Order: sequence, then structure tokens, then C-alpha cells
Amino acid sequence: MPQDQSNAAFVEFERVQKSYDGESLVVKDLNLSMPKGEFLTMLGPSGSGKTTCLMMLAGFETATTGEIRLDGQPINNIPPHKRGIGMVFQNYALFPHMTVAENLSFPLEVRKMGKSDREAKIKRALDMVQMGDFGGRRPAQLSGGQQQRIALARALVFEPELVLMDEPLGALDKQLRETLQFEITRLAHDLGITVVYVTHDQTEALTMSDRVAVFDDGRIQQLAAPDELYESPQNSFVAQFIGENNTLAGTVKEIRNGLATVELDGGEIIDCKPVNVSEVGERTLVSIRPERVETNRERLSPDAHTLKAEVLEFIYMGDIFRTRLRVAGRDDFIVKTRNAPDQPRLKPGTQIEIGWLPEDCRALDA
Amino acid sequence: MADAIDTNTGTTRADRRAEAADTGPVLASDGTPLKASLRRALRAQKLRALMLVAPLLVFILVTFVAPIADMLFRSVENQIVSQTLPRTTAELQGWESDSGDLPSEDTYRALLTDLTLAVAANTHTRLGSRLNYEQSGMSSIFRQTGRNIDDVAAPYLDNFEALDPRWVEPGTLAALMTDPDYFAAARAWREENPVGPFGGGATYDQPIRLNPGIGELLPSAAAIFRDWAEYVRVENSAVVGDEEPWSLFYLRLYQDLLNVSEADLGAYDGPQSDLLLETKRMLDQFQPVSIRDRFIEVDAGWGNPDIWATIKVYSPSYTSGYFLNAVDMQLNAEGVSMQPEDERIYGILFKRTMFMSLMITGSCILLGYPIAWLLANLPMRTANLLMILVLLPFWTSLLVRTSAWKVMLQQQGVINDILVWLGVVGDESRLIMINNQFGTIVAMTHILLPFMILPLYSVMQTIPPSYLRAAKSLGATPFTAFWRVYFPQSVPGIGAGSILVFILAIGYYITPEIVGGTSGTFISNRIAYHISSSLNWGLAAALGSILLGAVLILYWAYDRIVGIDNVKLGG
Amino acid sequence: MKAASFLMTGTAMALAMTPALAQEMSTDMTIVSWGGAYQNSQNEAYVKPYLEMNPDVSVTWDESSNEAVAKLRAMNEAGNITWDLVDVVASDAIRLCDEGLALEYNPDQLLVPGDDGTPASEDFGDLIVSDCFIPQIVYSTTAAYRPDLLPEGAPAPTSICAMFDLETYPGKRTLERRPINNMEWALYCDGVAKDEIYDVLGTPEGQDRALAKLDTIKDEVVWWSAAAEPPQLLADGEIVMGSSYNGRWFSAIEEQDQPFEMLWDMQVFDLDGWIIPAGLEPAALNRVVDFVRFATDTQRLADQAAYISYGPARASSAPLVGEHAELGIAMGPHMPTDPANSENTLLYNYTFWADYRDDIDAKFQSWLVQ
Repeated sequence: MPQDQSNAAFVEFERVQKSYDGESLVVKDLNLSMPKGEFLTMLGPSGSGKTTCLMMLAGFETATTGEIRLDGQPINNIPPHKRGIGMVFQNYALFPHMTVAENLSFPLEVRKMGKSDREAKIKRALDMVQMGDFGGRRPAQLSGGQQQRIALARALVFEPELVLMDEPLGALDKQLRETLQFEITRLAHDLGITVVYVTHDQTEALTMSDRVAVFDDGRIQQLAAPDELYESPQNSFVAQFIGENNTLAGTVKEIRNGLATVELDGGEIIDCKPVNVSEVGERTLVSIRPERVETNRERLSPDAHTLKAEVLEFIYMGDIFRTRLRVAGRDDFIVKTRNAPDQPRLKPGTQIEIGWLPEDCRALDA
Repeated sequence: MADAIDTNTGTTRADRRAEAADTGPVLASDGTPLKASLRRALRAQKLRALMLVAPLLVFILVTFVAPIADMLFRSVENQIVSQTLPRTTAELQGWESDSGDLPSEDTYRALLTDLTLAVAANTHTRLGSRLNYEQSGMSSIFRQTGRNIDDVAAPYLDNFEALDPRWVEPGTLAALMTDPDYFAAARAWREENPVGPFGGGATYDQPIRLNPGIGELLPSAAAIFRDWAEYVRVENSAVVGDEEPWSLFYLRLYQDLLNVSEADLGAYDGPQSDLLLETKRMLDQFQPVSIRDRFIEVDAGWGNPDIWATIKVYSPSYTSGYFLNAVDMQLNAEGVSMQPEDERIYGILFKRTMFMSLMITGSCILLGYPIAWLLANLPMRTANLLMILVLLPFWTSLLVRTSAWKVMLQQQGVINDILVWLGVVGDESRLIMINNQFGTIVAMTHILLPFMILPLYSVMQTIPPSYLRAAKSLGATPFTAFWRVYFPQSVPGIGAGSILVFILAIGYYITPEIVGGTSGTFISNRIAYHISSSLNWGLAAALGSILLGAVLILYWAYDRIVGIDNVKLGG
Repeated sequence: MKAASFLMTGTAMALAMTPALAQEMSTDMTIVSWGGAYQNSQNEAYVKPYLEMNPDVSVTWDESSNEAVAKLRAMNEAGNITWDLVDVVASDAIRLCDEGLALEYNPDQLLVPGDDGTPASEDFGDLIVSDCFIPQIVYSTTAAYRPDLLPEGAPAPTSICAMFDLETYPGKRTLERRPINNMEWALYCDGVAKDEIYDVLGTPEGQDRALAKLDTIKDEVVWWSAAAEPPQLLADGEIVMGSSYNGRWFSAIEEQDQPFEMLWDMQVFDLDGWIIPAGLEPAALNRVVDFVRFATDTQRLADQAAYISYGPARASSAPLVGEHAELGIAMGPHMPTDPANSENTLLYNYTFWADYRDDIDAKFQSWLVQ
């Protein structure tokens, strides 16, 4: 697990474990440290433990073992309302019996803030999310996107340094989601707040975050910046979870000069970069991104290994072509090519030869 | 999109609209006006909807609306007096009840006719019971008088007998009054259908026919003779000539003979016309008696102007009397006044019913709220178990539950025993927890609790836990979060539960009857008493109507204050 | 008065002719009674024997006697009488008769003479308190107490006035939650001569006087509304004495071995019997008449006493009263009518209460709640 200790840690999880029933662990040995001002996303399938982590940070769940620190202070025993952490919920959790302004006023009222201060802050927060005219409305009179903006404003109005977001855009349609993704990142950077964001949508994670923690099975599988995560997945789970990916199973034949030769189960030989294989004879899953597959033999080095493929399907997608191939006995091998004049439009049934640069092909754990 | 092309015709909607503007109404594809075909389509739909609700509608009309309408009607209905005593109440119109005098002789004669007919129809005692609600003693006056009604005018019969013994000979009257053909036919029928050993027998199916001309000659006697003859024919299976008429007949006969001229009598040549004429000539020897005095002789009550005043006050077909009684007032000859201090009871009971129902509702909220909260927030398995415990009382007989409370709460009961054992109270100062308001509130709270918990639970279930979390994350203490965020959202459940519990409580009577003692009984116990015991259904209906009105007013007030759309019985 | 006598028997004739003609009789009969031990005694003493004699007949019991008056009125209004024979207390019979809901009858025509030949009207005598009422049993409302709960040294109570004597007999007592009986006892214990009680009670002053007397024990009274309550309360030690029906006390003492003692003084006699609902179909009426003639004969009424300690309404039945069917004890001494028990009794005045019940009840209830 990479530990980013460079900046003074603002939020820290140290050896945190969580169990609900005393028999199985939902969160297993979680260690995480994030500096102030970072936008960190917890990404993972449902049941991977990411929401539990968020809830432990918010104080709605207690860590079974381990310590959670905020700005250096252990917060395990601090009740949620004293943590001063803003939170945005998936279903917005706007209080239906209060108007928008009253919703925003609530955190200020419980902080015993004077009326004029409150009004000023509410106005600023509403303007911030471009909802300045909606103070008198009830949540039920707003659309989903509007409600989420209000929820965001409410989580920010009392100026917390840390804001947690639990799949806040999950219930919105794609277009709205993208607009809001952008707005949330903008606000987070403008305000300089630290954000922990939970989602199961990898696009969201990649576009918004400074760093992404990929969760599975109660552990962080990889914690890295989005590009690193995409380009250099550390294991096959991350490789498959982030972006589209072709996998081929095989056995390591040889490791030499930073290159591994893998014999696929069908007997074909390919070159790849060993990521977490170290011994000859080890089983491995080889991962190649569809856009890194080369169909033009001429662009590959002469000694590169190639594979025979049969075109099964060609899909025109506008900016790209998506071609499904049969490769090494598998029918689901995808190749994406840029829509360029020199790119051939492959007809189903055509036999072609494909290859790739060895560094684009990563031999991961089986 | 508005001008989407119609694939069938190739024209656009705009085209068609322009067309329509030219030709008038929009037409459907089959050429009929669109509005008409829409109406037709909707009518079928509405009819189907109506058919679906019809069974329930009929059920509700029959079992709910009709009884309530009937109750409202009964609470003012008072036709029994004017129906049973039509002549008497008409005569009483001219009588001043505050004069202190008794009504006129004519009134008493009208009463004699009314009561004679009422006794024949067996309705006089029912009237007595009705009037007894207003004045004690009425019941026995009517019963006593009814038993002896034929004595009242008996002196007239005796007079006729004294004037001429022929008057009491069998067959005389029948010959005088009835059509000879009818008489002969009736007698012949009787020969063939003899009276059985216990009396009675088959009923002669021909209605009485009077002698031609006798009706004009002796109008009032003939009228009562007809009534009597029909009565004995139908009720006693007797034919004319078997029985002796009501003595009222002889009073009427005497009056008719006084009024009829000798010339008219002389001109009459029907059967027994000579007897009539001779009697008319001897009429100065007749010793008429006052019917008023005769009534007073039969029952001294008839000499009491108050009795008459009560009859007069309650002559109209509709009365406010029941409602006045229901609010501790009375209607009598002097008008509307409060009941005597020591007979006022309904005001106390209404107030107590309201107060206790509110207390019960309050206790149900206090006890039910936390349970509903637990139910809504526990894991499903535990919640289901708890729900069974909540519903358990429903599976036990109401009487069993109530009696169980009796065993628990009585002075030698379980709770007192425990308290004494613990030394909390002394053996000599055991708490009185039953047969009073406390016992009623405890038992009824227990019985009605599920009605509070269920709507509360169903509302709370719809409040996501994230609201509380959101509130806490915004800095609210658990209490503030509950009070300002959770509680307001559960108010519709409280409203629904409260309305349910309150309305059920206000009409409960079994539990208060068993554990209420004297200080814990409700107005409904009095209603039950009047329905099943005193049979004063009018008063029961008036009390019920007031109760209904009170509930509606409270409902209205609730709507104004809280808003009825804030009531949720379920998600 | 000849005319008067035929009026009296008007409906009775229609009823009494039927057994003579004895045509069609329905084969099922719905009998309304009180349930419990009393209904059981009726079932054993005359319904079972009757069914043995008439195997084609079936009887349905309806335990609705306590609300019979209201239900009969409702049935009458709906025009659908589903009951054939109804067991009611005499005061209810009077009410039903007044309302025209019960059939009037002529005792000597409807009922069989006593086994000594006495005509029914004489055999039942004064107990026929209404033209519609066919008496079955005499019961009484009387007092009982628990000797072990009396203060030490207190003499065993011998008078009903012990109920009002809080000094000698402290503790709770139970009385029925209605004015009837209580008002009479109150006046009697306030010094009113027995034969003047109803005269006094007919005046407002007399009513106030009775309530004033009851006021002296009001705080110590538990008011009952179901007759099963007093024996239970006494058994639980909730009260030291109370009033209930003598049959209830009997079953508590003899059948459940409760340590109670009877206090027969000033027991108030009351009657229970049949009424035939007005408006029955001829066939149903014929069946009911046939049954009633059987069920009210001398032997049947005497038999009933073997199952419950209520006195038969016929004078001629008294000598035939034997032993309890299960306990085997002589029932005579447990009858309210036994000379030893009836030294000082009061007969419920039906006409008085028919007239004054509404008024006095209002006063009584108002007094209770204040």
C-alpha cells in the first residue's frame, strides 16, 4: 500500500477494522492518509467497505479497532455532531418540512449564530450553487439536481474543512451528473476544502479526484492518482474495475529485461510487462486496454509477438470504432480505434493480426 | 414535435387544426365530434369504476349512512304522541297549560276515543313509556287507564239499560247498526265455523257493512261502531253480534241522540227505529256523567294539570326534548329550563369523556411513540417480533384483557401485592387503582395502544435514517436532531394515531363499564344504558348525535390547526 | 264488565286457541336465555326432556337475555322476529309488554293447572306481574359477607343495615350500580317502615333521603354491574360484604367452597320468566305454546331447582323440590322462599319502578358521578 506521508496528514485511518457481527470484517486493516485540500474518492463495488469507511469518518459507525484521526486528533470517541464534518447524502436528506433557507439555516442555528450572520451565509451559499432565488421553496418543489445543489450548499454553509459525499450524484441523469461533477470539483478547489467522495462510478472518480482509493473486499486495492490508476493498475481487480480492459489468462514462461513472456492457455506467446508476477511458471492474467491494441502490423516492432484474430463485430461509435474480435479462443476481445481516414473499417469474418507494445500489456495476478 | 406527421393520412396536425377551424368541432377518426367520443370513452370508464365501488358504496350506505341518518331522525322524532292521541292533541291546542285548569270535557272525550282505539291497537302503554321519560308516573297512568278504559263510559251503557232493557239484549245493536244482509251472512258463516273450545276460530273475511242511513242519522256512534266491529272481526275472529261494543259507543250514541231531531228519527224506518225514537223521547231521564270525572276516578293522574301540560308540550311531531335532556335541560309547560341540580349528569359525563379520551390519547402517544420508533429502526427480524407483541392484544378478547387489568390493579391484586412486598406501600394503604379514572385510563390505553403505534410506525418507516444523520452531521445534538428534524416529520403519524385513538376512546363503553367504577364511566355507558335498558332511544340518539357533533368539531379544529393532509395512516 | 273482560283476553284468545287446533308446528325453536348455570338448569329441567319427547325438534340457544329488550325492539322495527321464546326478568317483561313487543296471554288458557288441580292463575298467583309474563323462578337480591374479614369481636351481621354500618363493619362493600334495591334498603335502614318504603320513595324528599343514607357509605362502595362480580370481589378479599343474586352466592358457597355467609335479611324478591315475542308466525307460535305448557308445569319447575337455587314460581312445585343434582344437598334450605330465609323480605314493586325508574335513575347516576 502506498502511503502518502509527504504533506501533513489531515485525515488518517490507521489499522482500522470494522465488523458488524463479530464474525466477518467489512473493513480489513485500512490505512489511509490524506492531506488538507485533497479530493479523494473511494471507489468500489457495493459491499466493498467504502461507505462504511465514510460512515466511520462521519461518526455514524464506530471503528471496531484502529484509530481515525482528524487534523491529528483521534476522533473515534467524538460524536458526529461535534466533528464539524459536512456531509452530502445520496438521497440529499433535505428536511422536507423546512424551506430551502431553513435547511441551510439549520446548521447555523445549532451553532447559535446570529440572525444577520445566518442570512448572509445562507445567501452566499445559495449563490455559490446558483440557487439564490430558491430560498423560500420546499425541497419537494425542486428537481433532483436542484435538491443536490441545496444539499451541497447546506453541507458547505457552516464552512467545514472536511466534506464527505456519499454517492451524491447517484440518482441523477447523466447530463446533470456531469455538470454537477464539474461544479463540485470547482467548489472544492475554490474553497480549498478537503473532500472524501464515495462512488461506484469510475468515470466520476477519474474525472473529479486528486486521488482515488479503489476498494474491494474491505481493503484498498490501489490508492493513486487517476492517470496512474488507469495506466498502471497494480492488480487485475483494479485493471478490470477501472476502464475497459481485455484479459487473457496464461502462464509466465520467462522474465527477462523487465519483460515477461507469457504463454496463453491456447499456446500463443505474448510479451508483457510483469507487474505482480515474479516467477516463471506462475499463473497470470494479462491486461491490455482496448485502445492500446494495434491492428496495423506495420506500426509494431518487427520482433513483436502477434496474435491471430477474427473480426466478429464492428461498431461505429462516431469518434471511435469498436471492434470485437475472437482472440486466443475468447470472443470478447475489444479493440478501440480512433476514427481516422487511415483506419480500416474491419468487416466481420476478416482474419487479421493484432499486437501491442509490451509495456502496454501488464501481467497481473491471476 | 407539435406538427408530427400522422402516418395514416400524411397530413400534419397543423393542417388538421386549420381544417377544424373551418368546419367547427374537432372530429374523431370515425367522424363523430371528438368531445362526444371522448365523453363516451370516459363514461364507460366511469361506469366501470362505479361498478367496482358499488358493493362498498351500498355497504356503507346501508350500514353506516342509513343508521346515522336514522339516529339523527330519532333524536327529534316524536310522532308517537300525535299519532296515538290525534284527537286529544288537537283539542289541547286550545287549552292554556299555565291556566291551572284542567282541559275541557271535550278533551277528555277525545282522550276516551283515542285511548279506546289505542288500547285496541295495544299502543297506549308504549305511549306511556314515552311520556314517562318526561314525567314520572305517566307509564302507570296509561297502563292503569288502559286496563280500565271501558269503565270510563260504562255509566252510559248503564243508563241505556235503565231506559230500556232492550238495549242490552243480544242482537239489538247488531240489527240497529249493521246491514241486514251482512248480518245474516255473518251469522250463517259463524254457524259453519263454530268458535273453538278456547274461543276464537277462523276470521270472517268480509269487512263490516253498516245499515244504510244509520251513518247519517247517528254519525259518531256509527263511526266508532265500525272501528269496533272491524277490530273484533280481525283481532278476535268474532262476527257481529258475538260481542258487546266499547262503552264509548254508548257515549257516542247518547250524544248523537241528543243532536238528532225527532223528525229525522221519525223519518228513519230501519231496524230498531222505534227503539231509537222511544229512547230519544226518554232522553231527559238520562243521567249523563262527566267523562273528566270518570277519568279521574280511574286514575287520579288525569286530574293533574301537569300531566296534561306534558302531553301538550310533547304533542308536536318533532321535539327538541331529547336534545335538551341530553344537555341537562328540560322542556316543560314553562318552556326550557335546566334540570334540577341533582339530576344533571350529561354535562359532567360529556366533559369527563372528553377529558379522559384526551388523557388516553396522550398516554398512547407517550407510550406508543418510543415503541413505534423502535419498530421502525430495529432490524427486520427483531422488529417483526416486537410487532407481534404489539398486535398480541388484538388476538385476545377485549373482556379478557379488561378483566386481566382488574386482577392486576385491584387492591388485593398483583401490583398492590408487589408494592406491599417491596414495602413501597403499607398493607393498610394499598393503592386504589381500579374502578376509577386511573383504572379506565390504564386499561383503555393498553387496549388502544396498537391504534397509535401502527400509524406512527407506518409514518416513521418512511422517514429515512439519513435525515437524523444529516442533522447530526450539520452539528445538531441527538436531541435537537430528533426534535427539529425527526419529530416534525412524524407528526402526521401522531395526528392519525391520535384521531383514531381519540375517536375510538370517545365511543368506548365496555372497558369503562367494567373498570370505570363511578368516576371512570363515559357518556357511551349512558348511551348503552338508554339503548338496552331504559329503551329511551330518542335520548340515546340525541346523546349520540352530540357525540358525533363533538367529534366532527374536533376534527374540523384539527384540520384548521394541524391540517388534515398532515394525517398519514400509511406510507 | 263483560266488555272489559273480552278486551283483556283479546290477543290471548288468538294465542290459546292454537294448541286445541294443533295444526302445524315448526320444528326449530330459538330460545333466549342468560347463559351460564341458569340456562343450564333450564336445559336440564325442561329443554332436554322436551326434546326427548319430540325428537324432531331442535333448539337453538341465544344468550342475549340481558339485552333482550333492546334487541326485540330492533327486531320488531325491522319486522323480522328471529326469537321464539325469551327469558327475561319481570321488569323487562313489563317493559316489553308496554311496548307491545310481547304477547299477552291468559294464564288459565295457556298454562296447565298445577298437579293438585289448582288453575294456573292461582298456582302462580301474584307472580304474574304482567299480562305477558310467564313466571319461572323466584330469585332474590340479597347480601353475603365473609366472617373472616370482619373485625375481631364484631357480631355476625343479622340485618341488611350492616351494609350501612361502617363502624361495626368497616371495609369496602359492593352494591349494584343502579338505584333499584339500594334505595329501598337505604330507606329501610334510615328507619322507614317496610310497607311505607315505596310511598316515601315516590317523593323527591324520599329519594333525597335514600341518597343521603347511601352517601354515608358512598366512599366505601364498589359498584357492580355484572352479578358475577360480587362473589369474585368477596373471594379476592376486595370487599367484606356485598349484594348479588342468591344463586350466585349459592354457587360460590356450595360449589366453590368459598367461606361466605348469607345474609338473607331484607332480600328483595324478583322474578324471572318467559315472554313470547309478539308477531310470531302461527307454526312457530304453536311450537312455542306447546313447549311452554310443558316447561311450566309443576314437575318441570320443581326439577329446575335441582340445578340452581332459585325457587319455582308455582306454589304447587314447592313440595317437590328435592336435592341438588350433583352435590346431593337438599335444595330447600337454599331457596330464597324457605321460611328460615324469608323472615324479612321485600317484594320488588314493579309498577313503582316502571314509573319512577327513569327519574330515580337519573338522580342516582347524577349522585354517583358527583
